[in-house]
Amino acid sequence: MSTPLGAGLGFKPEFAEDALNARDQGLWFEVHPENYLVAGGPRLALLETLRASHPVSLHGVSMSLAGVEPPDGDHLRRLAALVDRVQPVLVSEHLAWSRFGGGYAPDLLPVPRTTESLRRLAGNIQRLQDALRRRVAIENPSHYLQLDHDWDEVEFLHELVRRTGCGLLVDVNNLAVSARNVGLDASAWVDAVDSAAVMEIHIAGHRPDGDASTGLWIDSHDAPVSAPVWALLERLTARIGPRPTLLERDAKLPSFEELVAERAIAQRVLDHATDPGRDAGGDAKSDAKSDAGNDAALARSPFLPFDLRREESLT
Amino acid sequence: MTLASFQEDFWRALWIPPREGAPIDAWPPANQPGFAVYRNTVLSGCVDALVSLYPAVHRLAGEAWMRAVAMEFAQASPPSAGELQHYGDGFPDLVERVTADGDVPWLADVARLDRGWNHSHVAADGPVLDLPTLARQDADRLSTMRLRPHPATRWFTSADWPAFSLWQAARTDGADPNPPHWHGQSSLLTRPHGAVIACEISPAAVALLDCCAPDTALGEALDTVQARFTDADIGAELARLLQQGAFLCPPAFITESTS
Repeated sequence: MSTPLGAGLGFKPEFAEDALNARDQGLWFEVHPENYLVAGGPRLALLETLRASHPVSLHGVSMSLAGVEPPDGDHLRRLAALVDRVQPVLVSEHLAWSRFGGGYAPDLLPVPRTTESLRRLAGNIQRLQDALRRRVAIENPSHYLQLDHDWDEVEFLHELVRRTGCGLLVDVNNLAVSARNVGLDASAWVDAVDSAAVMEIHIAGHRPDGDASTGLWIDSHDAPVSAPVWALLERLTARIGPRPTLLERDAKLPSFEELVAERAIAQRVLDHATDPGRDAGGDAKSDAKSDAGNDAALARSPFLPFDLRREESLT
Repeated sequence: MTLASFQEDFWRALWIPPREGAPIDAWPPANQPGFAVYRNTVLSGCVDALVSLYPAVHRLAGEAWMRAVAMEFAQASPPSAGELQHYGDGFPDLVERVTADGDVPWLADVARLDRGWNHSHVAADGPVLDLPTLARQDADRLSTMRLRPHPATRWFTSADWPAFSLWQAARTDGADPNPPHWHGQSSLLTRPHGAVIACEISPAAVALLDCCAPDTALGEALDTVQARFTDADIGAELARLLQQGAFLCPPAFITESTS
């Protein structure tokens, strides 16, 4: 990897030509592998073209790692084949479930953080990493429900890292949404997360629920990144240093130029976090360790139909 | 509470259609406002997938009809896998049922063409047999050759309706989707150079593809089709199918052309 991964964009076939020609420093693209688990054809060919011009990350949405059933063996094998073919710079999945009794729900369903959940997740993450023969980053969820949790979220994620060697994908928009919806302390969360575990960061836009009476924020990926989310990105990277940071935009797509301009803001935040003159606090030693771990992870190395976005209304 | 019991309760509540004044669910989390976010996201995800997979039906039937029928399908047949490009293969059958007594009896066949396009779009890659390559072969050898349809080739006959003209107009935003002749039509979907392309084909060409598909020798397939369609120029039909990229290039031909 000649250029470190800076700020990336979620890839959309709608702006494929612009994306292939973009030469911004540190730019990379992320796709949902589910859209490319096909036998052949132009979609797969486009992904091949994209990986030849830019680093590509695979961000899975349907492995159902928090499910009571182990990951589907056929899905694992086909994902492993795609990973071999694409050689992504990063692979990630979610702390969520979506399969039950032979059915699949196109969403990231919530899981109570119990010791049983932890055990099942650790086993499933291990199966995934064994199948892919690489470290996978696990993303923190957006919360919409008050559930009976036995574990603090950061401690739960740290325990998964300890048991499986997985990494973490910190979605700071999910933190902002969860702070609003269930009272999560987003600042304390980003201050507590283990620097060495963080492989990637996500930023995205959200919006209020269409039913204003709920007071909920929706992780909709259909709006520019909000000020609280930028603040969380700055707070996190000021402490742990820069990480590959992805701008997710799945709906109400603006022009590619607008996306590139928004992505450039993220790049400036990362560049500022890289600046040796910055106030790094007392975490310099752990920064060095985490950067080395991240580089090692890299060295081992979206049409819908499927945008993972939320809808507040069916009409 | 075990994880299994939590997920069983969640899953059951998830697929209950949201209704005004619905009774309080016995499982408390389903009564929180946030539960509707999951329920709506899941159903919208299924409906959006079907709208995206059946664009000609969407265009011809309109937004409200499409979303209503897609919702009916999603609630009866949730996805079984995360790759939603394979979702909804049974949707044309539902379209057929709900349009059985209406004034759009052709809509189910339009849906079948959308489904055929989806299958062609993601089918395996493979070398396409072209006319010059075939023409270089010895005639005797050719008659015993077996030509297999390319993995991305699909052909479809709408017995009573001009489904292909309607489908093509809808897919290409054609100005006038009203076909000039209101009769049955056969059509071919192929992927010779990346993108899926479509054209109308004759009943004789359909018969030739039907004959070749189960591994029949080319000579026998041509004779069989000629016997059924005595007026047809079978050689020209074969040439047209080759020009559309309907057949897979046999490995023996590739070896010869590169040696």
